[in-house]
Parts: sequence; C-alpha cells; structure tokens
Amino acid sequence: MQDQLDAVFGALADPTRRAILARLAEGDASVLELTAPFNVSQPAISKHLRVLESAGLISRTRKATARLSHLEADPLRTATEWLVGYREYWEESHERLDALLAALQVKNSERNP
Amino acid sequence: MSKTQIDAPAGIPFIDIEREFDAPRDLVFKAYTDPELLVQWLGPRKYTMTIESWEPYDGGKWRFIHADDDGNAWGFHGVFHGEQTPDGLLQTFEFEGAPGHVSLEKLVLEERDGKTIVRNHAVYQSIEARDAMISSGMEAGMNDGFDRLDELLPKLRQPVA
Repeated sequence: MQDQLDAVFGALADPTRRAILARLAEGDASVLELTAPFNVSQPAISKHLRVLESAGLISRTRKATARLSHLEADPLRTATEWLVGYREYWEESHERLDALLAALQVKNSERNP
Repeated sequence: MSKTQIDAPAGIPFIDIEREFDAPRDLVFKAYTDPELLVQWLGPRKYTMTIESWEPYDGGKWRFIHADDDGNAWGFHGVFHGEQTPDGLLQTFEFEGAPGHVSLEKLVLEERDGKTIVRNHAVYQSIEARDAMISSGMEAGMNDGFDRLDELLPKLRQPVA
C-alpha cells in the first residue's frame, strides 16, 4: 500500500503524466493519440505510460494493432484525497483553532473575572 | 480572501504558511503542544484524528492518524528537535503515504497587539516532493497540469462505471 502510494506520488510529480491522466479521464487512448497533443516524442510518451502503469494508475490493453491506455481511478483517488486537500486541510484546521482559542479564552475569563 | 496564506515559491522546495489568531501567544502555543487541545482542531472535521504520541521535547516522537468514514487512514509521524518554545517549534514531518519524503518544519509564534501570528516554514528534500505534497499548481502559479487534474478529480470521486 505504501509502496504504491509512493509510486503514485512519483508518477504525479510530472506535468506531462498528469496531463495524460486528464486525457484518459475522457476515454481510453492509443500511444499515438496521447502523443499528438504534447510536444514530446512517442518514445517519451511510452516511457511516461510505463511509469503510470507501474504506479497502477493506468492499465493497457491491445485492440487490433493499437495498445490502448485506460485510466485506473482507484489509486489516484486514494492518493489525492489527501494531496488535493492541502489548502483545505490548513484552512479548516485554522478555523477550528480559531473556535477553540475563543472557547478557551471565554473559559479563562469566567475563571478570572 | 482566506486568512491562511500558503506560499510555495518557485524554484526552492519550501512551503510557508502564515496565519493570525485572535489569542495570546501562550494560549496558541498550548493549542499546538498539548495533545488534548491539538486533537480538537488539527485536520478537517470529516476526519477522525487519533494521536498516538505527541512529545514536544528534544528527541520526543509524534505520530497521528487521520481516518475517514470510508475506512481510509493517513498516518503522519516525526521527531521534535531541541527545546520547544513559542519562538521555535522544530520537528521532522513524514506522510506515511510517501515514506522517505521527510520535511523539516519550524513553527514560530509572534505576539502582536494581543494577537498571535503563526508562521510555519517547511523545507522539503526536493521541489518534486514539495509539489507532490501541496499539489501546488495554484500557489506556485506554475503549470496547468494541476488545474486539469483538479478538473479530473471530481469525476474520479464519482463511482466508476
């Protein structure tokens, strides 16, 4: 589980790989289709796909002569539940701390009127 | 505008968080160092927080777990370094979902006119590790990859057909 999350983190660190995932969210695609929108060579895209595959973020199937990549949402969902929440995590924590500090000060002033 | 300011500068693996609280410094310090208080505010409300240890002294360990209702859990741990005072709380921080990506975090509390400004300075081992942690497209004003990922995520949260 931890190894997989580590691999997911590594895979997500690259902007091209994130863009590939975004493209695959719209539907399965071949290497050729994935290469077209990027200013990157086909072997480079294939290398990115291997990284994504070993992180469990995509699976690949053969359809006729084309090899289609398919987005596997589960590992991404698990990893990013936390990742994407970074800002929200701190904003909500700080709002809770505001409320706690206010409550503690009310208590203190009741104790020492 | 949010009161919590998060800055992830381009080109250096830091995250700086700044926030003002309407309370004296000693009380804010207590809220950060007393586990009975910490458990009442750290993390989103939707997570249950369990503090396994929180030992704010030189060499003291800390570990806590955030869990959601679906059975997902995220562990975090580290060690405190040096004497922990409002002028400086220094600790290592590791998200157990990304082992080895340890950051160094320094928290400084400054009292001003009865209010307290809390500044947290986090240093990561690489820009990639920092970016993975913060998912920081917006803060760093960098690539649109994260924006696209943001668009993608609500779709991923739906059950996959």
